[in-house]
Amino acid sequence: MSEDSAPISPATRVAVPVALGIVVLVLWEALVWYLAVPKFVLPAPSLIFKSLAADYPSLLVSLWITLRITLMAFFIALGCGVALAVLSAQSRIVEISIFPYAVILQVTPVVAIAPLILIWVGLDHVDRALLILATIVAFFPILSNTTLGLKSVDHNLRDLFQLYGATRWQRLRYLQLPTALPYLLGGMKISGGLALIGAVVAEFVAGSGTGAGLAWRIVESANRLNIPRMFAALILLSVLGIVIFLLMAGLQNLLLRRWHESAMQRER
Amino acid sequence: MAEQLDAAARQLIEVSGVAKRYAGGTLALDGINLSVAEGEFLSLLGPSGCGKSTLLRLIAGLGAPSAGSIDWPRATYDASGQPDRSIGFVFQEPTLMPWATVFDNVFLPLKLAGKTRRESEAAVIDAIEKVGLGGFVRSYPRQLSGGMRMRVSIARALVKRPKVLLMDEPFAALDEITRMRLNDDLLELWAGRGWTVLFVTHSVYESVYLSTRIAVMGARPGHIRDLIRVTAPYPRNEAFRTSPDYNEFCRITSASLRAAMAGKDSTP
Repeated sequence: MSEDSAPISPATRVAVPVALGIVVLVLWEALVWYLAVPKFVLPAPSLIFKSLAADYPSLLVSLWITLRITLMAFFIALGCGVALAVLSAQSRIVEISIFPYAVILQVTPVVAIAPLILIWVGLDHVDRALLILATIVAFFPILSNTTLGLKSVDHNLRDLFQLYGATRWQRLRYLQLPTALPYLLGGMKISGGLALIGAVVAEFVAGSGTGAGLAWRIVESANRLNIPRMFAALILLSVLGIVIFLLMAGLQNLLLRRWHESAMQRER
Repeated sequence: MAEQLDAAARQLIEVSGVAKRYAGGTLALDGINLSVAEGEFLSLLGPSGCGKSTLLRLIAGLGAPSAGSIDWPRATYDASGQPDRSIGFVFQEPTLMPWATVFDNVFLPLKLAGKTRRESEAAVIDAIEKVGLGGFVRSYPRQLSGGMRMRVSIARALVKRPKVLLMDEPFAALDEITRMRLNDDLLELWAGRGWTVLFVTHSVYESVYLSTRIAVMGARPGHIRDLIRVTAPYPRNEAFRTSPDYNEFCRITSASLRAAMAGKDSTP
C-alpha cells in the first residue's frame, strides 16, 4: 500500500502503457523475423500496419457498418432499459412481471437465438437481425442497474418529498432519476462494450447481409488465410471498443465529478 | 417573548389518545395526549426507543396513528381530509441531495410547490443567509462540514416560512462545540418570530437550554411521563448555561427522565 500511494501524473499514466506497448511490438517484430514465423500464422506488426494502410478504404467501410449497428443497438437498449426500469419502479406488479423475462433474455446465449431471429426478420434483412441481437445483449445491464438505482433512494429524502406533497412525476424526476444516474452510467459502460461484442458475434453467426462489417472481414480474411488483414480488422475493433469505453468513462466523470464518491478527486 | 409563553396561547396541534402499533405487533406509542401552543419551543425528551421520533413523524403526517387523533385546530383541511400543516422538518441526518448545490437543496420545497427558480430566488438566498451560509450558495453538500450541512437542512426547512418546525434529533450526530453553536443560532432564529418548534432530543441539557416546555417520555410502550415548563426567560446564552436556575431545571428534568426510564420495566 505504502509504495502505491505516490501520486501518478496524467503524463505517466499515458506514457507507461504506451512504452510497454512499443516494447512488446518491437519484441514481436524481432521474434517473427528471427524465428521466421510464416505470415499466415503470426504476421509481424509491420506487415499488419502495411495491410491496414493498403485495405484502409474497405476496412473503414466495414468499421462504419459495425459502428452503426453498435451505436443503434446501444441507444435502443438504453431507451428500452431505462423506460422499463422506470415503469417497474412505478409498480411492483410491473416489476415482478417483467423481470423474469428480462433474465431469460439475458441468460440465453445470443448465438443460440440468432438463427431464429434471422428467420423472423427474413434473410433479406440481416442487418435488422444484427441490430436486434446486439440490442438484446446490451439491454440487460441498463435495465438491472437502473432498476437498482431507482430503488436506492434515501429513505429520509423520500419522506421529505412526501412531506412537501411531491407528485409521482416530481419524485421520479427530482429524486429517483438523479439517485439512479451513477448506477445507469455504470450500466452504460458495460452495455457500450456489450453492444459492440453483440454486433460482432451476431455478424459471425448471422452473416453480414448486404454490407460487410468488421466481423465479416475477419471471417473472410481467415478463409483466405490473409492473416495480416485479419489482424488489421482486429485492431480496428479494439480501437472502437476502447473509444466507446473512454467516451463512457468521460461521460461518467463529467456528470458525477461534482457530487458522487466514484468520481471525486481526493486530496491527501 | 412573554406573550409567546402565555398559557392562554392558541392551540396549534392537539394530540389526543394517540397510539401507534407497527405491523410487527410492537406497540411504539400508547395513550399520548399533548397540546402544542402557538409559539412554544417544546422538546420531546426520552431514551432511545421511547417513540419520540415516531410521535414527531405522526405529527408531520408521515404515517397514521393506530388509535386516537392528531388535530390541527387552526389549519384548513383539504378535500382529502389532510390538514394544511405548514411544517418544516429537519431529520437526524442532513438528508441533502448530493447531486444538488446548496441553493438547489434549499429551493426544493418551493420547486415541489410549483414555484419557478426566479420567483423563489430571494426567499432561498434569504433562508441560506439566515443560517449563516451566504458564501456557500453554489457549493455541493460534499464540500461542507457536518455542521454546515445541518445548517443547509435547517434553511431548507425554513424556506417556506412554516408555522411549525419539527426537528428529529437534528444535532445528535454533531460534536459538542458545533452543537452549542447551532443551539444558540436556533434560539436566535426562533426568537420573536412566532414559530412553534417541536424538538426531539435525548439530551437533558439541550432540552432545558432550548425549550419553553419539555415532554419527558418513557418507553415500552412510549408514553409521556411528565410535562416540565422551563420558566427561565429568553434570550438564553452562556450565562444561562452556567446559572443555578439552569442546573435546577436540569436536575428536575433528569430526575423525571430517570423515573420514566425506571418506570415499567423496573425489575430489580
